[in-house]
Amino acid sequence: MRFLTARRRHPAAKALLLVFALLVMGALYSALAPSSKSAADTGTSQQVAEGKKLFAVSCASCHGMNGEGQVSGSIQGPPLTGVGAAAVEFQVATGRMPMAHPGAQAAVKPSEFSEDEVLALAAYVASLGPGPAIPEPEQYDPAGLSEEEIARGGELFRTNCSACHNFEGAGGALPNGKYAPSLIGVSNLHLYEAMVTGPQQMPVFSNGVLTIDDKRAIIGYLNELHEQPNRGGLALGGLGPVAEGLWAWVVGIGVLILFAIWIAAKGVKAR
Amino acid sequence: MTDLEHRGAGPGGHGELATTDDPRYPVPDPGDPEHLPRLTDVDEAAADRATRQVAIMFGLVPILALIFVVTYFAVPKDDYIDFGPMHTNTQNLVFGLTLGLALLLIGLGAIQWARQLMDDEEKIEYRHGAVSDEEDRTYVLDELDKGIAESKVTRRKVLGRSLLGALGLVALPGVVLLADLGPWPTRKWISGTIATTIWEEGIRLVNDVTYVPIRAEQVQIGQLINAQPENLQEYHGTEFLQEKAKASIIVVRMNPNTIKIPDSRKDWHVGGILCYSKICTHVGCPISLWEQQTHHLLCPCHQSTFDLGDSGVVVFGPAARSLPQLPITVDAEGYLVARDGFSVPTGPSYFERDSRNDFQEGDN
Repeated sequence: MRFLTARRRHPAAKALLLVFALLVMGALYSALAPSSKSAADTGTSQQVAEGKKLFAVSCASCHGMNGEGQVSGSIQGPPLTGVGAAAVEFQVATGRMPMAHPGAQAAVKPSEFSEDEVLALAAYVASLGPGPAIPEPEQYDPAGLSEEEIARGGELFRTNCSACHNFEGAGGALPNGKYAPSLIGVSNLHLYEAMVTGPQQMPVFSNGVLTIDDKRAIIGYLNELHEQPNRGGLALGGLGPVAEGLWAWVVGIGVLILFAIWIAAKGVKAR
Repeated sequence: MTDLEHRGAGPGGHGELATTDDPRYPVPDPGDPEHLPRLTDVDEAAADRATRQVAIMFGLVPILALIFVVTYFAVPKDDYIDFGPMHTNTQNLVFGLTLGLALLLIGLGAIQWARQLMDDEEKIEYRHGAVSDEEDRTYVLDELDKGIAESKVTRRKVLGRSLLGALGLVALPGVVLLADLGPWPTRKWISGTIATTIWEEGIRLVNDVTYVPIRAEQVQIGQLINAQPENLQEYHGTEFLQEKAKASIIVVRMNPNTIKIPDSRKDWHVGGILCYSKICTHVGCPISLWEQQTHHLLCPCHQSTFDLGDSGVVVFGPAARSLPQLPITVDAEGYLVARDGFSVPTGPSYFERDSRNDFQEGDN
């Protein structure tokens, strides 16, 4: 005891005590806290409660403690009442939300949340107000579509989507640093959710107007399109010979100029 | 004494500038630069080296040609190579590389030959006058006169005149065919064709591609619909395309409390559902690149930007006129219908278009 008493005013004592206290708390927590359940029982009050906790930690700084949003001040987050579970699943599972920093557009990045946590967040936000639910696989799975339906999906895609996302879904630029992301490699679920919820600048394509069958046809067309083998060269977003021709001209003429310089250059003289 | 001579010879100059008395060529001809021999002219070993280089370049060509031929027969047509993001047919790649390199080597060898080994002494060949000598000129003119006399065209004048008439009027059918470029765009013709669309009162708004009519209740805030008039389906072929090119619309829904709706257009929308022409007023690209948060509609061709939350006024880009808005309402069954046709011509600008009735920023 004398050993401790003598050193209780030592400069390191405070820090050591803090580390000790943290260790005790950690040990107590792991011993007493209930083990987390992994079942994804959508809609249960426990899932909503879990989602509320996650929301308070990860989303509330911009979207408000109850998802009421924050539309003034430097950091702005839209209200989340009525956005639905589909919007949350899309934004969080693709890593767009939480945003790393405020900016023109939320970028895709690896998601920080497990599947269960995403579902819990979605369940909580869905409890704030009615909105589109996370779709069932038969709504977005294009398996079994006929060739005609896929062709119709292509027509719908070129009419409604290609203005921003390019004819083969390679994405494109929007004003002020915003952009329409590439659709290559996006899962069928997220394609469907984006259409039904209209994330960020994207308009909404509700099921009442662009029906579920239309959406499936568009998804089927995109899958079919992106499965096509690339028969050579750089794809360049399917913009055709114009883009490739530009490269050929720029590189080709550049090399020709170098040759012209070489041909006309004075060679080494003997003196 | 000319100015040049004066300046050149004046006192205090940095150096004497040679001048001549001929005012056309105030500076004397400096003559040809001294010819300097190349390394290959004086050093036999360097010349041998250059010869070897040229011979190697030419010598590689048959090898490349052989690789081309062997590849044609030995490599299967459906063989592909993957490297990085590229995915390419093996045959095409080898054909391009071998034939391209072979032609390049022939060219490189020829230029190396010319630069290093061929005689490079400068030679001067002076121009001579382009006029033929007098004897030749009189001979040609005599022959011409003789030919005219022999053709009898001077004695029998009707021959020449009828030929001139024939040649003159044979061009007439060609000129008449130019009428196909018409009709001449009179005011009446314009107002009946390019300045009008098939929209009129009571025509339903239907989805493009599917032609399903649109119920107002199904349009959510932030929604964008690419739509057409229902009666477009009655048209076929060229007419269909012409009518579609003028009548295409986009339907958007915004919160009516957060957008500007002028008094004159209070009854043109249905609870924030607004309908605009889809054809850019600049050069007529179809536009549906709509940002639902800013309400801006961007034309991908030249970046004209229209604010659909403010009667479609131009906020950026080369377009000079607001996007025409179509007045809409709902019918008894709850479907969106047009209240009337477009109040101004849709589509791109043209010289004869009357632009006095277009919506201007600040109109009410």
